[in-house]
Amino acid sequence: MAALSKHWKKIALVVVFVISLFVPVFVQNDYFLGIIILGYVWAIATYGLNILLGYTGQLSLGHAGFFGIGAYTVGVLTVNYEFPFWPSLLLAAIASSVLGFLIGIFALRTRNEYFAIFTLGVGFVIYLVIERWEGLTGGALGLIGVPYPEGIGPIQFDGPESIYYLILGFLILTIYIAWSIANSLVGRSFMAIRNSEELAAATGINVGRAKQLAFAISTGIAGLAGGLYATYIGFLGPAIVNVPTTFEILLYLLVGGMGSLSGPLVGAFLVTTLFQFLQQFEAYRLVILGPIVVILIIFFPKGLAGLWAALETRIKAMRGKGEMSGDAGASEEPAKEEAK
Amino acid sequence: MLLKTENLGITFGGLKAVNEVDFEVERGTVAAIIGPNGAGKSTFFNLMSGFHKPTTGTVTLDGENLTNLPAHKTVRSGMARTFQTTNLFMEDTVLDNLIVGHRVRTKSNFFDAIFRTPRLRREEKESRERAMEALEFAGVDRLANRTVGSISQEAQKRVSIALALATDPKILLLDEPAAGVNNEETEGLATLIRKLVEHDYTVCLVEHKMSMVMGLADKIMVLHHGEKIAEGAPKEVASNEAVIEAYLGAGEEEDA
Repeated sequence: MAALSKHWKKIALVVVFVISLFVPVFVQNDYFLGIIILGYVWAIATYGLNILLGYTGQLSLGHAGFFGIGAYTVGVLTVNYEFPFWPSLLLAAIASSVLGFLIGIFALRTRNEYFAIFTLGVGFVIYLVIERWEGLTGGALGLIGVPYPEGIGPIQFDGPESIYYLILGFLILTIYIAWSIANSLVGRSFMAIRNSEELAAATGINVGRAKQLAFAISTGIAGLAGGLYATYIGFLGPAIVNVPTTFEILLYLLVGGMGSLSGPLVGAFLVTTLFQFLQQFEAYRLVILGPIVVILIIFFPKGLAGLWAALETRIKAMRGKGEMSGDAGASEEPAKEEAK
Repeated sequence: MLLKTENLGITFGGLKAVNEVDFEVERGTVAAIIGPNGAGKSTFFNLMSGFHKPTTGTVTLDGENLTNLPAHKTVRSGMARTFQTTNLFMEDTVLDNLIVGHRVRTKSNFFDAIFRTPRLRREEKESRERAMEALEFAGVDRLANRTVGSISQEAQKRVSIALALATDPKILLLDEPAAGVNNEETEGLATLIRKLVEHDYTVCLVEHKMSMVMGLADKIMVLHHGEKIAEGAPKEVASNEAVIEAYLGAGEEEDA
């Protein structure tokens, strides 16, 4: 039974992967393909936030700032200095990660809501710097003409289809990173901190350093997403770095499910697509989306991934009821045996 | 002496929560710290395990000076502790809660995780094995795959002790290991503590239940208003005038 459900998951994963490979074949319309590409970009950014908030339990409200550092690193280097794209993207991820690490030294001295507010301030300062530093970032006018990546050997990036595969590749890489962290002692340390900082310290985890690492990984991934965003959109304006973007990313994570592996992808993809379909309602979209989010948070605090996991355990429990109850009865005993 | 404190004390805004306490625990014994509510027992634990920085004095474990080390480093040096409330992650399985316990003895980092290095695999396996051993020792290995929220209070206490064991400690500091469990279960936990000592661990505990401490401890220290008012074998301490007055209250007796 357990083996079967495991296989079922693997099969589903392969199916999703194959479908994602053929998306550009089915979706000939560039507009729809664009929605999917942006969904992927935001999913990558959401994975970044998930490592800090979902795994380690620290709510950063400066995520869009680091997304912006990545986007503008690529934008400034390629547009102003005609730097090639690939090293710019690498620098984007490194710059936002290093900046995250440095800011983390101060930010992580605060806790809980104080940390959230501190990082909110950091995000806003980054936005202001980008908006005001006209010589470098083009200010409110932004940067125009961020190029597509240079080709690698026979592969050319010259249109939405090729960009789709590029960003799909980075999405898969990000998911792999998230998975490998979750399934390692590093990730276990993060989750121990989320559970109880006190207990984590008492089991010998260097809480400060682990948080610092989580923050640097998280901001690095945000920067990567920003760099990819820059090359796909080709235009950068400061609005994307502003605080509302942070809350959008947070929304994707809440809808998808904090701390889960599928949550960021499901949340980012679903919400961005939904937003596009509701485009005709303009600002009223928020009136529709708002209550949905409130309901979701009240009834399914672990998002859609949590809802799915709950359903799965329920189904398992119903199927294996006979053996389960026997097992439960037996396992209350051992502690008492010890006593006698 | 395995554990030794000299003049250990801390002041909170003018209040001497722990006042220059000398304390020693011999290897392979059970030492207990008792005292009325607010006597500074838990604070004393926090001082020894690096959760509070002492204002005065030193802490030495096995010859190594631990004074002013942060909590996670005292664990590395061999001091493990539990809390009054178990703090475990209720929704995870017992085993998943335990695996991280051995983290302090491992070295794999972020890059090991990404590249799935042999070191990571080996250390994961080690941590898992160490967790299972600790659960077995604590008599709760059969609950390994249950969620912590679904097991009894006493089993959770055992799991917390197992978590402390998974860090490969020299000494275990147990903060009220029997709080919130019934008498029969308390006896079971006392048996587990004896078993720890039989296996060359050293135990230091803070406990309210006199009956448990009297039958278990080799040595008892009594704290009152942050000061040591008595120290010695259980019988001596139980008949000490100052202790009876401070801890048991005049006229109130408890059979040991």
